[in-house]
Amino acid sequence: MNGVHDMGGMQCMGPVRPEKNEPSFHERWEARVFGLVLLMFPLRKWNLDTFRYEQEISAPDKYLQMSYYERWLSSLVQLLVKHGLATRSEIDNGTPQGTAAKATPPVTGEEVPLMIARGLAVNRDIAVPARFKEGQRVRGHNINPTGHTRLPRYARGKLGTVERDHGVFVFPDTNAHFLGEKPQHLYTVRFTARELWGEQAAPRDAVYVNLWDDHLEPA
Amino acid sequence: MHDVAHSREPHEPHLAHDHQSVPSDLALRVKSLESLLVEKGLVDPAALDVLIDTYEHKIGPRNGAHVVARAWVDQSYKSRLLANGTAAIAELGYGGRGGDYLVVVENTPRVHNVIVCTLCSCYPWAVLGLPPVWYKSAAYRSRAVIDPRGVLREFGLELPEDVEIRVWDSTAELRYLVLPERPANSENLSEEELAALVTRDAMVGVAKVTLAPLGVCT
Repeated sequence: MNGVHDMGGMQCMGPVRPEKNEPSFHERWEARVFGLVLLMFPLRKWNLDTFRYEQEISAPDKYLQMSYYERWLSSLVQLLVKHGLATRSEIDNGTPQGTAAKATPPVTGEEVPLMIARGLAVNRDIAVPARFKEGQRVRGHNINPTGHTRLPRYARGKLGTVERDHGVFVFPDTNAHFLGEKPQHLYTVRFTARELWGEQAAPRDAVYVNLWDDHLEPA
Repeated sequence: MHDVAHSREPHEPHLAHDHQSVPSDLALRVKSLESLLVEKGLVDPAALDVLIDTYEHKIGPRNGAHVVARAWVDQSYKSRLLANGTAAIAELGYGGRGGDYLVVVENTPRVHNVIVCTLCSCYPWAVLGLPPVWYKSAAYRSRAVIDPRGVLREFGLELPEDVEIRVWDSTAELRYLVLPERPANSENLSEEELAALVTRDAMVGVAKVTLAPLGVCT
C-alpha cells in the first residue's frame, strides 16, 4: 500500500533529534503495550506482517501524529476487534461481557524466555528454485498494491544487482493477508544511490534492500 | 479507543500540569485494556512483567558491544561473524526474537555502513535492545536512504566524499549490526575495556567508536 509508512526518500520531515541517556520506555503504558502486542502473537490469530499492515492502513495524518507505541496500541485494538477477541464496547469499558472463546492458553511467565529464544522462524527449509543468481542485474517491479508489501516505493522500477541469496523465506505480502506463506527466495539487492536518487547522490553510495523473488524481474 | 491520536490530553485539564500524580488518558486506556485481556484469559500478567523486564534490563546494546569487542580481538571470530552473523553471535549466547537472522556489516576506512528500516522500525533487538525514538522517527526513516550524509552530519559525523556509504534498509526479518572500526591506539585495551567503548549509535552506523576522553588507556 502506498501509505505514509513507506517514507524512504521523503523530505521535510525535520532534523533527527537524538536524546541523551534515553530509557527503553518513556512511560509505563508504553512498556505494557509493547508486552501486550508481543504476547498476542503466540495466540496465532494474526502474524507480524498483519500487525505491520494494520499500522500501514492508518490515515496518513494520524500515522504521523501518533507516537510509535500509540500506533502499536491503535493497531492492537483494531486487530482484537477484527479477529473477535474483544468487542469495541468491552475495550471501552475494560470488562468482559459474556464468555470469550479461549482458543489457546496464554503464554506464562516461565514460557517467556523460550518465546524470546525461539524468535520468529520465517525461513523455510524447502526446495524452491531461485529465480535470480548472485551478481545478476534485476529490476524492482512497478507495482502499487493496496495490500501489504515489503517492496518500498523508492525501489520500484529501479535497477539493482543481487548481492546475496539468503534462501527461502515466508513472503510477507501474502502472509499478512492470510493468503499463504508462498515461500520463495529472499535476496539482498544493491541499488546505487544515483540509480535511486539521480545525480544529486554521492557517486559511490548505495542502498541495500531485502527483496523476494516476486518483487523482482530480470533486467 | 479507535482514535488514540488525539488522546494525549488528560481528562481533567485543570490537573494537566501534575504529570506525576495524574495518569494520562493513554495510561488509563492501556491499564483498562490490560485488565480486559487478563480477565479474558488472553494474557498472563506475569508473562507481561517478565517480558518487559527482559527488554528493559537484560537485552540491550551491551550484547552488541560484546560481539564487536570479541571481533576486534579475535580474528577467527571476526571471520565467522562476517560469514554467518547469526551463528557467530549465537556463540556468545545472543539471538532469538529480533535477531533470528543477523547480518554483520563491517566499517573500514573506505566503507561506512548505516542501518535503517524505512517501512516500519525493524531493529536488531537481540543485540541492541529496543530502538531509540530517533531511529523510529519519520525524520530518520525518510532521510537515511536519500540523504545519509546529511543525517550523519546531524549526529556530528562528517564522512569524506570518497568513503562509500552503504545504507541497509531492513525490509525483511534480517537484522543488521554494524561492526565499527576499532579506534586507533587501543592496542593495549582488553576485550572488556574495548566493549565499554562501543556505543549503540556506532553499531547502528551513526557514530564512530572513539577512545574515552578520560584516561582509560593510561
